Amino acid sequence: MSGELAKRLADLKEEEAVAFVEKALAEGTDPMDLLAEAREGMMTVGSRFAEEEYFIPDLIYSGAILKRIVSILEPHLKEEQTSGESKGKVVIGTVAGDIHDIGKDLVVFMLDVSGFEVLDLGIDVPEAKFVDAVRESGSKVVGLSGFLTPAFDSMKRTVEALREAGLRDDVKVMIGGGQVDDRIRGYTGADAYGKDAMEAVHLAEQWIGG
Amino acid sequence: MEKKWEEMTPEEKREARFETWLSAEGVAFQSAEAEASYKANIRRLKDAVLMEKAPDRVPVLIMGTLMQAHLYGVTPEECMYDYGKLDSAHKRFLQDYRPDFFSTPAFVGSGKILDILDMQQYRWPGHGIPGTSGYQCVEGEYMTAEDYPALINDPSDFWLRTWLPRVFGALEPLKNLGALTDLWEIVGVSGHMIPYGIPDVQNALKALMAAGDEAMAWIQQIGAFEMEAKAMGFTSSVGGASKARFDILADTLRGTRGAMMDMYRQPDRILEAVERLTPLYIRQGVGMASFAGNPLVFMPLHKGADGFMSDQQFKTFYWPTLKAVILGLAEEGCVPFLFCEGGYNSRLEYLQELPKGSCFWVFDRTDMTRAKEMLGDTLCIGGNVPSGLILTGTADDVKDYCRDLIDTAGKGGGYLMSFGTAMDEGKPETVHAMIDFTKEYGVYA
Ligand code: B12
Repeated sequence: MSGELAKRLADLKEEEAVAFVEKALAEGTDPMDLLAEAREGMMTVGSRFAEEEYFIPDLIYSGAILKRIVSILEPHLKEEQTSGESKGKVVIGTVAGDIHDIGKDLVVFMLDVSGFEVLDLGIDVPEAKFVDAVRESGSKVVGLSGFLTPAFDSMKRTVEALREAGLRDDVKVMIGGGQVDDRIRGYTGADAYGKDAMEAVHLAEQWIGG
Repeated sequence: MEKKWEEMTPEEKREARFETWLSAEGVAFQSAEAEASYKANIRRLKDAVLMEKAPDRVPVLIMGTLMQAHLYGVTPEECMYDYGKLDSAHKRFLQDYRPDFFSTPAFVGSGKILDILDMQQYRWPGHGIPGTSGYQCVEGEYMTAEDYPALINDPSDFWLRTWLPRVFGALEPLKNLGALTDLWEIVGVSGHMIPYGIPDVQNALKALMAAGDEAMAWIQQIGAFEMEAKAMGFTSSVGGASKARFDILADTLRGTRGAMMDMYRQPDRILEAVERLTPLYIRQGVGMASFAGNPLVFMPLHKGADGFMSDQQFKTFYWPTLKAVILGLAEEGCVPFLFCEGGYNSRLEYLQELPKGSCFWVFDRTDMTRAKEMLGDTLCIGGNVPSGLILTGTADDVKDYCRDLIDTAGKGGGYLMSFGTAMDEGKPETVHAMIDFTKEYGVYA
């Protein structure tokens, strides 16, 4: 594989990337190879984001380009082929009382393209739902997102609920979003605070998928 | 003879606006001390902002959305449905905490009005979220990627016939109206009235009237509180409001994702749109400040913060459009109050382009030492007391933090004490500590 698609995607050349995929498919390239290359391109986007060369709009835009590419490839892929080798499972959601999703979605997206299997519980997620999800999935990492200050208490209660369910020692909890900072990590009893989506990936890698 | 308004320089206009503010027309002060305190607050802020001399001490400005109510056990739902309860919490807050400036309970809108109009762009307590949560935005493309020409051609028409119908369920039928500018000459009148006869449109108009009735009830209570707060010697930190035009696009119209995609897919359209909106948002700020008799124009800044775009994008889409509104407001003698959310560490150099004393900046997560270094000669800065510290720290933690701020960012004046965020919750000992400590320690020689 030439790396051409990865480069076009990493450089956010939407039309060029799409044209490349269409041409390559027509020429009989294996769609799985194209998908793998697109993932590679996304990893470059992620590292550019971590190096502050790229910012939130670049993440969002790269996501839109990827979506277009996947929709072209999808009809050519067999069902089980869409997900690659998983580094591990991460449960994530925006905590109770909070309905913000932009930040959480970016975290989900970066974890996903980095090879994690993400269980996204959505927004306004009650404590019990996190507990159930951890229990059922056996996930070792939980990500709590929250935007407004009342989320601090919801995060704290979620960490407590995990403890009460006897699961606290089995999982690492990371928190982030909006007004959260390291002080709040202490307050909530979480294991780590991550300032952006790439830090979420790094934390998860450190804990389960290094 | 007094100069006509049009003949005055921007500085003279600003001076005249401060005079109006100081004169407190129609306010019956409760005591001589209250009056003295009201005026001292304004002079203190004026000295801090104009930066010609240090004020007597660091001004204390408290920005809270639901915090005042929270401190007295009033829930977000009660705030939005029982204006009296909201007012009384705000009044007790002023009596107990005595900040120099109050933030108006008008920041918490009426839930009843939202119910009547069936607003789709937000969830509010008891309406999609629990009664104990603050209202929250629902991200969406309330303007589509294809709508730019309509917005650019005629913004007000776009708002009336496209945006309102999408954002308010009860106003959806307004999409059936004709363009107002289609109405000309006597022969056109009758035909133009037809849509107003459609039963759905009439229901929408009835909803507007009902919302208007409720707005009257609301403003009577909120207005009475504001009058009383002034009579007690407190001053409002907000006269008018405006926004950076890119934020109008990215918050109100296209949503975060939509606006960000447009930066790549249709950059020229964004530029055309924000250009078109400039005079409208100068007009809003000036109009409101004139009506309130208070020159401060509050501008919350959102999507230009650190991380939200690259330097190149900031330089292209955000800064020129923000700067034009700031300068336009200052030209009319207003004082823009930039509520700078998130971090602005990578943007401080741009702020150096602003004329001395033209506006002031309340920062959230910006490095205050560096901000002082870079802006200390030209612009008043403040803010940065973290919400997390207030809610989970001790009084001593807060005092230490405020001492540091006053020693560094507050050095020599040009500084005001404020939270970095509009607070939804509070903790009595830390909020007291911030206010009381600043009044005591923040005195200039
Ligand atoms: C944009 C914005 C809005 C928009 C939101 C919707 C829209 N259409 O965009 C609008 C204008 C509607 C708005 C409204 C209000 N807002 Co507002 N808003 C913001 C702002 C500027 C940016 C938020 C944002 O979009 N972030 C982008 C996302 C991508 O960032 P993020 O969620 O933090 O996620 C990133 C990281 O944190 C991290 N992350 C996220 N989750 C997780 C999870 C894990 C596990 C990890 C590791 C990492 C991680 O990764 C993400 C990507 O890198 C912030 C200030 C700021 N700069 O943070 C204020 C802010 C959140 N708003 C605030 C307020 C007060 C309000 C209002 C109440 C104001 C009012 N009186 O009307 C309302 C209502 C509340 C609401 N948000 O709906 C306050 C909240 C303070 C508080 N008390 O909690 C803030 C902090 C501003 C301030 N300094 O006062 N707001």
